[in-house]
Amino acid sequence: MSLAGMTSKPWIWAWAAAALAFAATLVLTQGRGAGELAYAALSFGAFAAIVGLGQMLVITLGPGNVDLSIPATMTLAATLALKFMGSDPGTALPGLAIALAVGLGVGAANFALIFLLRLPPIIATLAASLIYQSLAIWSNRGLRIKPPTGLAEFATGRFLGLPNVAWVGLALALMVWVLLERSLWGRWLLASGQNLRAARLAGVPVEAVRAATYLAVAVFAALAGYLLASFSGGAALNMGAEYLLMSIAVVVIGGSSIAGGNSNVPGVWGAALFMFLVVSMLNSYGAAAGVRNVLTGTIIIAIVIAASSRRARI
Amino acid sequence: MSGTETGPVVVELTNAAKHFGPVRALDGVSLRVHPGDCVGLVGHNGAGKSTLVNLVNGALAPTGGSVTFPGGTDGVRAVFQELSLCPNLTVAENLRVSHPGLTGLRWRRAARAEIGASLDRVFPDHGIDVDAPVDTLSIAQRQMVEIAIGFAPRAGQARLVILDEPTSALDAGIAEQLLAHVRRFCAAGGAVIFISHMMGEIFSVANRIVVLKDGRSVAERPAAEFTRQGLVDAMGHVVTAAAAAAARAAPGEIVIEAEGLNARRGEIVGLSGLAGHGQAAALARIYLARTSGWRTAGPSRSKQTANAVFVAGDRGRDGVFPLWSILRNVSISVLGRDARAGVVNRRAERTLAEDWRRRIGIRTDNLDNPLLSLSGGNQQKVLFARALASDAEVVIMDDPMRGVDVGTKQDVYAMIRAEAAKGRTFLWYSTETEEVCQCDRVFVFRNGTISAELTGADITEEKILEASFEMQDALPQVVPA
Repeated sequence: MSLAGMTSKPWIWAWAAAALAFAATLVLTQGRGAGELAYAALSFGAFAAIVGLGQMLVITLGPGNVDLSIPATMTLAATLALKFMGSDPGTALPGLAIALAVGLGVGAANFALIFLLRLPPIIATLAASLIYQSLAIWSNRGLRIKPPTGLAEFATGRFLGLPNVAWVGLALALMVWVLLERSLWGRWLLASGQNLRAARLAGVPVEAVRAATYLAVAVFAALAGYLLASFSGGAALNMGAEYLLMSIAVVVIGGSSIAGGNSNVPGVWGAALFMFLVVSMLNSYGAAAGVRNVLTGTIIIAIVIAASSRRARI
Repeated sequence: MSGTETGPVVVELTNAAKHFGPVRALDGVSLRVHPGDCVGLVGHNGAGKSTLVNLVNGALAPTGGSVTFPGGTDGVRAVFQELSLCPNLTVAENLRVSHPGLTGLRWRRAARAEIGASLDRVFPDHGIDVDAPVDTLSIAQRQMVEIAIGFAPRAGQARLVILDEPTSALDAGIAEQLLAHVRRFCAAGGAVIFISHMMGEIFSVANRIVVLKDGRSVAERPAAEFTRQGLVDAMGHVVTAAAAAAARAAPGEIVIEAEGLNARRGEIVGLSGLAGHGQAAALARIYLARTSGWRTAGPSRSKQTANAVFVAGDRGRDGVFPLWSILRNVSISVLGRDARAGVVNRRAERTLAEDWRRRIGIRTDNLDNPLLSLSGGNQQKVLFARALASDAEVVIMDDPMRGVDVGTKQDVYAMIRAEAAKGRTFLWYSTETEEVCQCDRVFVFRNGTISAELTGADITEEKILEASFEMQDALPQVVPA
């Protein structure tokens, strides 16, 4: 019974897959480098987890809701923040404020397109992301500005043995979990995602909920962009590219319902770790790039099927 | 009685019954339809007309008695009032959906010819392009296409056509073309079961009228032996005067004035009329106009709750959150009132839900069970609890008693009465006259507008029916002698 209870939790599958990929890699190295691998997975997984948490909130809003402007938002927020900081010491916090303000602005613009022009979110966020990307190009002009030293040290540093960026990602995950499980806004979000019309008729302020959600995903993306640029020594125009599919993949692999109304915070972190570990595993086994992509895709499909077929049975 | 007639029979129902659990949708109806018959079928919403149609066209199997077709079921067709065409296909392609014999490379050409001929036969000068996608047609044109498909040969010949409120979307001229075609069709040996709320049409085409009430056939006579008033009387039962005349608190000031109706503080206002005549849409508009998608509090004195709540009748579309427990489904509308600093007060939530489980009798031993584990009637109770648990001044109810058992209904009536006495206002749309008679004042809807306002002792089934039906004096009629 307890086993059935475990397997009925969709996030188990993401964590089990991450553990398997971890173990498979260590089999090859005969246990050497376990700590380093875990550390790297937590570092790189943190960025995927942060954008994934935001994407999860939007996907929870129900079918058709997704934010495709995450990569451009990350790039724009990082570019503007680094340009303002200009490698000067003591500018980390104002720079963070600028990045978050960019996130708020992007979120507001996205929701304005969706709400006022009634565009489908896929179209609205994809089209708007071209504008954000252009703004980043225009303000960047090919310069690669290094982050302030203190900020770079924070982004690549560790605390109690874990990467600082992982602590940030874990804190955000905890915050989102509390919001969804305990707060009024979380209940409203879950209700809206299950049945928007019923939620409106039950007195849920659905438009406010949607607006807050689109703001949240953009702020999360902006924060991830700020941290990633600080982590990797500067903003680059393509820095967000891989996070478009990554943000959606970690939500789906993590066991959140793509149909909305059902979020899964632990699953997002498990899936974020898995996405890094599976690539490391295939690299260690010496798989060529093409084989690696095919295997990654196949494994993702297998996990999603496992998670969803379990859910259908309960 | 036709049951004693001899000769060939197209369909014969013998004590046919259809029960959905404890609900007796059809409770032992016997009916014979002969070639050349046009049977007018009348009765209330919920009287069993649609169930009878579904038994005849084979969509449902009877739970008792029998439905037999001595000549087979070929040529038995039903035309529904809910339009059942595929909107993305053309008129001709829609014929193919119900005519599998159209095959081969040139099936479109054959389909065009057949549906065109059928349309010309039933509705001369119809002006419908058979290559037009159905979603470019008006509602009336779609209904015409559907009727034409019903009468089309379709590799055989229509022998019995069931027309379920075929004229509700048609204007008088087109309706008369249809009635004329029905008369021709029957004169040529076809049989028709004709369902309509338009008395004039029934008298114009039917040679026999069957009155259904509460799943039983309460009268079956040649049309000429009925008068209009007699027919209306046969359909409805006299409402107990005691219920309607019960003493009621004097209502206060007007709190709702919209959609051509008004309601006072502490008043229970009913919306009645035939289903689908705009009542539900009007209620939804009133609710949406009084509440906002941006904040919980409406323009109310109390800041913490919206000033209106909604009890859905169409549960799946308007009411339930299918992934959630019973508890969460009950509490969603009052969470904002009890929350502290944006955090759900889970103790208050559970206390409230347990309280309402007892008060309204939700049949579950654990409120954490999924909502979908409940029967339809119990899900409806959850929606009632959700609304009544709030402090809203106005409770808007869209046919909220579907599937609720009789005992609970009485309890809910009493609850509504008590809440109204405390100053709440109820807007209550119902398809059941028993419920409408609980109201202080009733607005009867017909074709999207209010056709009558009834108060006090005037709230009777007869008056509501009279206001619900178009008497169609403009149409030529065969008036019974």
